[in-house]
Amino acid sequence: MVARTLFHKIWEAHLVARRIDGREIIYMDRNIVHELHGPKAFEKLRKAARRVRRPDLTFAVQDHTISSQPDRDDTTNPEGTPFLRAQRAGAAEFGFRIFDVGDPDQGISHVIGPELGMVLPGATHCVPDSHAATVGALGALSFGCGTTELEHVLATQVLAMKRPKTMRINLEGRLQPHVTAKDVALHIVGTLGVSGANGHAVEYAGPVVRAMGIEARMTLCNLTVEMGGRSGFVAADETTLSWLEGRPFAPVGEDWNRALAYWRTMHSDEGARFDRDLTIDCSALEPQITWGITPGQVIGIRDSVPASLGEEASDQHAFTKALTYMDLQAGEPLQGLKVDRVFIGSCTNGRIPDLQEAAAIVRGRKVAEGVVAMISPGSTIVRREAEALGLDTVFRDAGFYWAESACSMCAGGNGDRGRPGERVISTTNRNFEGRQGPGVRTHLVSPGMAAAAAIAGAIVDVRQLAEA
Amino acid sequence: MQAFTTATGAAVPLLEDDINTDEISPIQLARKLQPDYRKMLFMRARWDDKGEPVPSHVLNQPQFQNPAILVTGANFGCGSSREAAVWALLANGISCVVAPSLADQFRENCLQNGVLPITLDKASFATLAKRVVDADGAPFTADLESQTLSGPGGDPIPFAIPAAERLVLLEGLDDIGLTSKHLPDIEAWEARTAAETPWYQNARDGRIP
Repeated sequence: MVARTLFHKIWEAHLVARRIDGREIIYMDRNIVHELHGPKAFEKLRKAARRVRRPDLTFAVQDHTISSQPDRDDTTNPEGTPFLRAQRAGAAEFGFRIFDVGDPDQGISHVIGPELGMVLPGATHCVPDSHAATVGALGALSFGCGTTELEHVLATQVLAMKRPKTMRINLEGRLQPHVTAKDVALHIVGTLGVSGANGHAVEYAGPVVRAMGIEARMTLCNLTVEMGGRSGFVAADETTLSWLEGRPFAPVGEDWNRALAYWRTMHSDEGARFDRDLTIDCSALEPQITWGITPGQVIGIRDSVPASLGEEASDQHAFTKALTYMDLQAGEPLQGLKVDRVFIGSCTNGRIPDLQEAAAIVRGRKVAEGVVAMISPGSTIVRREAEALGLDTVFRDAGFYWAESACSMCAGGNGDRGRPGERVISTTNRNFEGRQGPGVRTHLVSPGMAAAAAIAGAIVDVRQLAEA
Repeated sequence: MQAFTTATGAAVPLLEDDINTDEISPIQLARKLQPDYRKMLFMRARWDDKGEPVPSHVLNQPQFQNPAILVTGANFGCGSSREAAVWALLANGISCVVAPSLADQFRENCLQNGVLPITLDKASFATLAKRVVDADGAPFTADLESQTLSGPGGDPIPFAIPAAERLVLLEGLDDIGLTSKHLPDIEAWEARTAAETPWYQNARDGRIP
């Protein structure tokens, strides 16, 4: 038998046919649609008199434009109202389940998909959202898509794709205390660059990954697209299988037992060849923070803003642009810079272990004067669980705003935004210009680092507060 | 889908790397279900706080008022999988993007909408970029039949594109139509999977009887 990668095992198991234009037709086991793209695709289906071919494998969520305010409804964020209503109308018309405003299981697509057991190891999955790779943490192959591709998968339950190349990133060593999956992910993007994985499906492997819980693996996979990868994943192991057992949509009984046997074969074989095979030692890794306007412009918390990005004119232009936007100087340390706003949440860092990591820093302390600090759990289930654990009290007592589940400040599509010129410390995945509001300066960090910044009122090393 | 054969008009030099879809089509400013895609393109950079055009932006300059080709930096279209980025280009008459490299999802979205995505090697791109800057709005043509970019200042520059993608663009083939020819294959796949690995074909919520 030829040694095969996990990517090839999943891809070949889902390969339906080859089209005349050379693209491969890949079956999608699950399709989760959010309301920013859904309504547009539904409109196109209606115009072409097409139906949704497999409504039983299709799910709708309300996450991008839904307000994060308690007691929210369709009208709390007026900009979202038409999206929320059109999404609901589409789900009713085409006959699939919607996790709507007010549903006890409402949440961000990449959070509730795994949480409810909708995403399974060895499965294919798509979402019209570039962070679809998040759920690759369960050993699934997940693709972000555009609106026209969404219409395609709704109408046919397949995507027509070019086969990506394979890349394995071996994460060696052992993480130091308070260094998390987010720091690893940012470090990888910083190392490979924002287009370093273009055209590749990325498998994360090695002892660092094996030691991570499932939620941490989701954070790691989440940032795959920030280096251009369309899919990122971790082979399922016993950690995955015990995490999945008993979740609402997971198989039960004899199906569960048969699935377990199958899933235990779904890993890259010994000796499998990858188009690129990289090793990164994580032993000396420090908490990371972005200084610029791409997730690849990232440094260790004890480092300073670099002196340049390179020799070429385009590098110098990009460097000046980033420094000007972020109001920073070449060579300047970030520690000590005053912070205006802190956001903890999103599909990157909105799960229970993320909130626990932040709460451990916040407990018994107060948010610094003048800092607006907010937590939006990744799902309504996460919110309830956090409340059962008393985490909301820890955050509220410290002066955090305890919001409802939404994409919230990640993309600012639900009205949660910073003000021009504000410096925001955020657990999200993008620090693009204007992403969190016009003129807002975003630094990406782990939940612990964000919590520490909220308490200190400035950019600090989380380890100073953790050990204080 | 709109077929693509040629695009002729101003070639717009926007020579920055890593321009992301938030810059091309900002989410905060696309708040309507039916937004004005024409106005959306590079909105934050093109219009000031009062909605007045920013004179220094290349697309606001008089010689670029009939653009057809965008010549831009590496990794154009990175970030969100936002098809609005392509629709915003089309609404402004731009049906061809030339860059040293394009983000995967953005490139897919171009192909889905009849926009010709061209990537050139470093040397060819440098040659083209210089000619486009020098031409300052004089028309260029992207011709998919002959696979060339032509305009003032030199010979046509050849470009490569996979034969299958060229065919789809030239014919304006309906993507769903192409796949639908394989409906029997899809059904056969489903039947086989339902028997061999039934948990994938059954997305049942165990809590609901």
